Amino acid sequence: MEISRGDRLEIGFSGKVVSIIGGFQLGKNHFRKILSRASGKDAYAGDLVVAEVYAAMAHDGTALLAIEAFEEMRGEKLWNPSRVFLVLDHVAPSATEAFSKVHKRMRDFALKHEAKFYEVGSGICHQLMVESGYVQPGLIIVGADSHTCTYGALGSFATGIGSTEMAAVFLSGKLWFKVPETMRVVWKGSLPYMVTPKDVILKTIGTVKADGATYRTIEFRGSAVDEMSVEGRLTLCNMAVEMGAKTGIVEPDRKTSEYLNSHGVKPEKPIVGDQDAHYAQSLDFDASELEPQVACPHYVDNVKPVTDVEGVLVNQVFLGSCTNGRIEDLRLAAEILRGKKVEKGVRMIVIPASRIVYLEALKEGLVETFVESGGMICNPGCGPCAGAHQGILAPGEVCISTSNRNFRGRMGCMDAEIYLGSPATAAATAINGEITDPRRLKIR
Amino acid sequence: MSRLIEGRAWKLGDDVNTDLIIPGKYKLSITGLDELAKHAMEGVDPHFAEKFGREDLIVAGKNFGGGSSREQAPLVLKHIGVGAIIARSFARIFYRNSVNVGLPVVECKDVDKISDQDILRVDLEAGVIKNLTKEGIYRVKSFPTELWQILSEGGLVQYVKKHRRLPWQT
Repeated sequence: MEISRGDRLEIGFSGKVVSIIGGFQLGKNHFRKILSRASGKDAYAGDLVVAEVYAAMAHDGTALLAIEAFEEMRGEKLWNPSRVFLVLDHVAPSATEAFSKVHKRMRDFALKHEAKFYEVGSGICHQLMVESGYVQPGLIIVGADSHTCTYGALGSFATGIGSTEMAAVFLSGKLWFKVPETMRVVWKGSLPYMVTPKDVILKTIGTVKADGATYRTIEFRGSAVDEMSVEGRLTLCNMAVEMGAKTGIVEPDRKTSEYLNSHGVKPEKPIVGDQDAHYAQSLDFDASELEPQVACPHYVDNVKPVTDVEGVLVNQVFLGSCTNGRIEDLRLAAEILRGKKVEKGVRMIVIPASRIVYLEALKEGLVETFVESGGMICNPGCGPCAGAHQGILAPGEVCISTSNRNFRGRMGCMDAEIYLGSPATAAATAINGEITDPRRLKIR
Repeated sequence: MSRLIEGRAWKLGDDVNTDLIIPGKYKLSITGLDELAKHAMEGVDPHFAEKFGREDLIVAGKNFGGGSSREQAPLVLKHIGVGAIIARSFARIFYRNSVNVGLPVVECKDVDKISDQDILRVDLEAGVIKNLTKEGIYRVKSFPTELWQILSEGGLVQYVKKHRRLPWQT
């Protein structure tokens, strides 16, 4: 067997496997450094490590099972009540008696165990976590929700887990992790007019496909990512799980520090990956050539340029979710809608991601713009994205949504169709009543 | 948990996601497992739960269980009697959730050699599937020890009840 410089080898040595390239040991990427620190071990891709968790979150779709498992495991105390977050967002306010009981159980549990609790109307769990100041670079955060990967935008190692594992975290503050391989996604260039981070991530998903990053993590890099605001990076990392990834990450920079400072956080010196770190795969894209993208029914990786699907008639437009319910998203949509009307026969539902976003939208007059143009505002929360209320579709109906999943049945009806697009594409579509390229519309 | 599972194969395609396994509209309105499980796999076949027999097996393509972290997905499948899920690949959260609720999940590259309604015998410990209808033998990816100790006790809650500690506590 010949070994040449640059080959990746794994050599068993005293029970430990080390990665080397042509005889020189490789540097560590961001994720390996975080997992090594939190587990107290030198972590290598493929290892199973037990690591300390900094904060844990569950919401009304997942917390009940976690509470039941915690009690079945004879849990008496949370490992650290101030690091446990319980959020009512998936069906908030509750739409059924059964769910009101779930909410009540969560309230009672949070009160008894002194956990952090977010009442109906506070907002979407992921936005609240980001606003809480507990999401910081280099820390491990778990959530009983697949979109927990969102927090990688601030340099955290954040991933979704199930309810039973959440109960184990409630008990011990620890969890096992398989150290992932990392995939690098580089977006060079700058985003053109009306092309947004949502279009970047949809194009990435359309290329990588729904299982192309399974058990891997994705590191987003390149000038287009550097130029993005933290809010845009949250949109990118939010959808890493749609490629099967354990999480996504953007290395912390000056913008990250400024964002954290604005939320009252003074983070420690962030962990940064080594220049010569090993990547399982690297993909390069050019942002300057990107068009607005749309994910077509019924899979998130069924992505097409908006120009291929223009003219598809819609019944409902949803602007919101943990992907695109932040203030910059509302600003962009309002800019397009200002002085215009939502097409007759189209329902436009706007849901700010949190109370803070809602208040800001009120101050800036965005709420007025949406209401004047014929849209409606619902209280902060997940809204119709989870398929339980606030905009369930009828058979044969079509919705364009700024959320992250368009699976069959996602918005409560098996025979409806969901397209995913950016806030700009959604707003342009609302005006025309059919899927519209936002670059066509004149903005006043 | 039994290490030998024998049952009829129910073939499914690629990318059977959690919204197809248990749609959000039920997950977010029904909290009782008996009632919820009636809707198991409704997104694939509205009558799936009625037809499925105890210890039968799901045989699927790639990326089984993609999407949400809802543990109700493996729970309803276990509740309708799924003995094991054999797939070309699994989404990671679904895979972990299945182990934690004591539902065997087996990665196998030979799923295309299995036909709908074939009778299979899965030996979890040996990592082998025997096709009793076609007399084929397929190897499966073995479980890491850490996961096998959870699965073999019937899930994480059962593990804790028996050992009075989490697998990573001494």
